[in-house]
Amino acid sequence: MIQPVMFRSLWAYRGFVWSSVLREFHGKYRESLFGAFWSVASPLAMIIVYTVIFSQLMRTTLPGQEQVPFAFSIYLCAGVITWGLFAEMLARLNNVFLEHGNLIKKSNFPRICLPVIVTLSALINFGIVFGLYLVFLAIIGHWPGWMVLALIPLLALQLLFTLGLGVFLGTLNVFFRDVGQLTGVVLQFWFWLTPIVYTLPALPEGVSSAMQYNPMQPLMAAYQTIFLVREMPDFTSLAPLAVLTVLFLLLGAHFFLARVGELVDEL
Amino acid sequence: MGTLVVANVGKAYKRYPGKWSRALEWISGRPRHDKTWVLRDISFSVNPGEAVGIIGVNGAGKSTLLKIITGTTQATTGSVSIQGRVAALLELGMGFHPDFTGRQNVFTAGQLLGLRADEIAVCMPAIEAFAEIGDYIDQPVRMYSSGMQIRLAFSVATAVRPDILIVDEALSVGDAYFQHKSFSRIREFREQGTTLLIVSHDRSSIQSLCGRAILLERGFVIKDGNPEEVMDFYNAIIAEKENATVEVRRLEDGRVQTSSGTGEARVESIALLNEDDEAVEFINVGQSVQLKVEIRIHADLPELVFGYMIKDRLGQPVFGTNTHHLGVDMRHLAKGDRLTLVFSFPANIGLGSYSVSTALHVADTHLAANYEWRDLALMFNVVNLNRNQFVGVSWIPPQVEYQR
Repeated sequence: MIQPVMFRSLWAYRGFVWSSVLREFHGKYRESLFGAFWSVASPLAMIIVYTVIFSQLMRTTLPGQEQVPFAFSIYLCAGVITWGLFAEMLARLNNVFLEHGNLIKKSNFPRICLPVIVTLSALINFGIVFGLYLVFLAIIGHWPGWMVLALIPLLALQLLFTLGLGVFLGTLNVFFRDVGQLTGVVLQFWFWLTPIVYTLPALPEGVSSAMQYNPMQPLMAAYQTIFLVREMPDFTSLAPLAVLTVLFLLLGAHFFLARVGELVDEL
Repeated sequence: MGTLVVANVGKAYKRYPGKWSRALEWISGRPRHDKTWVLRDISFSVNPGEAVGIIGVNGAGKSTLLKIITGTTQATTGSVSIQGRVAALLELGMGFHPDFTGRQNVFTAGQLLGLRADEIAVCMPAIEAFAEIGDYIDQPVRMYSSGMQIRLAFSVATAVRPDILIVDEALSVGDAYFQHKSFSRIREFREQGTTLLIVSHDRSSIQSLCGRAILLERGFVIKDGNPEEVMDFYNAIIAEKENATVEVRRLEDGRVQTSSGTGEARVESIALLNEDDEAVEFINVGQSVQLKVEIRIHADLPELVFGYMIKDRLGQPVFGTNTHHLGVDMRHLAKGDRLTLVFSFPANIGLGSYSVSTALHVADTHLAANYEWRDLALMFNVVNLNRNQFVGVSWIPPQVEYQR
C-alpha cells in the first residue's frame, strides 16, 4: 500500500521539486530569443492546422452549434489541449527514471520527486496554453461562465489517472524498454480513436457504441461540453475512468515501491 | 549522533540468462536469475567522531558499500543504521545544470542534498568564499572550468557540517591548493566531531586522517585495524601471486609485520651500521650509515632486484629505491648463492622512529614476481645529538647569511 513515509519525504524535498520545475521551465527557453513563446507555438500551430483543414477545407460543422462562431475551433481546442497534457505527461513519465538515471544512481533523494516534477512542469506548459484558450473564449464572447469550475474535478481526475498509469509504465520501462516504445505507438492510436478531431455522432453506429470502452472518451466529451455547449458535463459517465484511476494509482504505487530498490541496479 | 552500524550487508546483482528471462520470472514467479555477489556479510560499526578508511583494489566493492551506506543503492541482505545527517562526497556536481548560474545551481544542488532554501541562503556567503570563484558565481556553470565546478560542488556539499561525512576519491581532483583546502575542511569537521568514512588508494591520506582502516577484498572485509597494519596487508595483497603466502606476525612492540612472497629469494639478515660497522638502533641526524643486507637464493633465478623503503612512524614513505634503479645488475643466480648488498647514505631525515621494508622481485616493481616482501624488517630511531634545532621530516642544513 502507499506508505505515508513517501509523502513525508516528498514534502521534505518540496524545495528541490519546486526549483527543479522552475529550472526545467527556464532551462528550456533560457538561451532562446523568444523564450516562453515557443511553449505556445507548437500547440498553436497544431490548432491552426486542424482548424483550417477540418472547419475551412472540409467544412466540418457541429450539429446544433451552427450559429456559434469558431464552434469547431472551440470543440477542437477543448480536446487537443487537454489531450496534449495527457500525452505529454504519459510520454515523459514513461522515461522519467531512465532520463534521470545518472542522478538516481549517484545521489540519494526520494525518487517519487521525479514523477511529481514531471507532472508539475507539464501542468505549467498546459496552464500557459489553456490560459490563451480562455482568453480566446472571452474575446469571441463564448466564455463558459461558472461552468469553468467544473474543469477542476475533471483535471484532477485526469492528472491522477495519468500519474498512476505513468508511474506504473515508467517503472516497468526501466526493466523492459519496450514499454516506452509501445506507449508511443498506443498513444497515437488512442488519440485518433478518441473523438477529439472528429465528433462522436459523425461515427457509424457500430463504432460509436465501441467508444464506451475508451475511458478517455467521456473525459474529452466532458471538456467539450463545458466549453462548447457551456453546460454541466455528465459526471456519472466518468465512473469507469474513476475506477481505472484508483486501480492504476494503487497498482502504480505498489509496483513503484516494490521495485524502486531494484530499479537503481538496472539504470 | 554520528553512529554508523553496518550489519551483515550483502549486495547481489541479478543476472538473467536471456532477454526474456526476467519477463518469464515475473509471470511465473519462479526465479530464473543468477546472483552475482559483490558484497558479502559486511559488518562493522563506526563510533561518533571516528575516522575510518576503506581500502581495496578496484572491484573490491568499496563504492557499492558507500552507495549502500548513503542509501543510493539497496542492500540485498542486512541493514545499515545511521544516526545523524549524512553528507557524501561521492560524486561532486550532481544536480548542476550547465545553463544556470553558479548561484542558482547552489540552491538546487543544496536542496538535492536535503538542505532547505533558507539554510542555503544563510550559507551562501560562506559557500562563495570557500569556492573562491569570484564573479563566476553569477555566470552559467557551462563557462566554468572543471576545477571551478568541483570547487563549487565541494563547497555546497560541505556547507553544513554533517554528522557523518563519506568521501570517495573525488577529492583527488582540483589543484593542489584546493586539495589542501578541502582536506583541512575535512580535518576541521573531524575535530568538531564528524564521523568520517573515506575510500582511497592513497596511503598518506588514509594514514594521516584515519584512526582505523578496513580492507575489502572480493566483497569481504578481510582486515579491520589500525591503518598502517591494514595498508601493509593491502600492499602485500597487491603483490600476492600464485603460491605466494601472506604472513602476518605480531612483533614484540605490538606492531604487526606483514611478509609475503613466493620465497625463491629471502633476506637473511638486515642491519643498519655506523661508521665503525656496528649495528645501531639510534642514529644522529645526518650521520653516515650503511644498510647491510644479506640475501639467500633458494632457486635458480635469471634476475633479481632488491628494493627497500624507509617509512616514518605513520607508515608514510620517506625514501625508497632498488638495485634496478641504482644500476646494480644481479643476474644468473644459482640456488644456494649468498649475496651481500651495502647501501651507504647520510641519514638526512627528521627526528623520529623509522622502519625499513624490503622487497625481492624482478624488474622494477614488486608486482611482476614477488619473491619476498617484508614490512618492518628493521626499525631505527633518528635523534638530534649535535645539530641545530629543527623541525620537519628531512634534514636540509642551510647556510645562513645576515645583512643589515
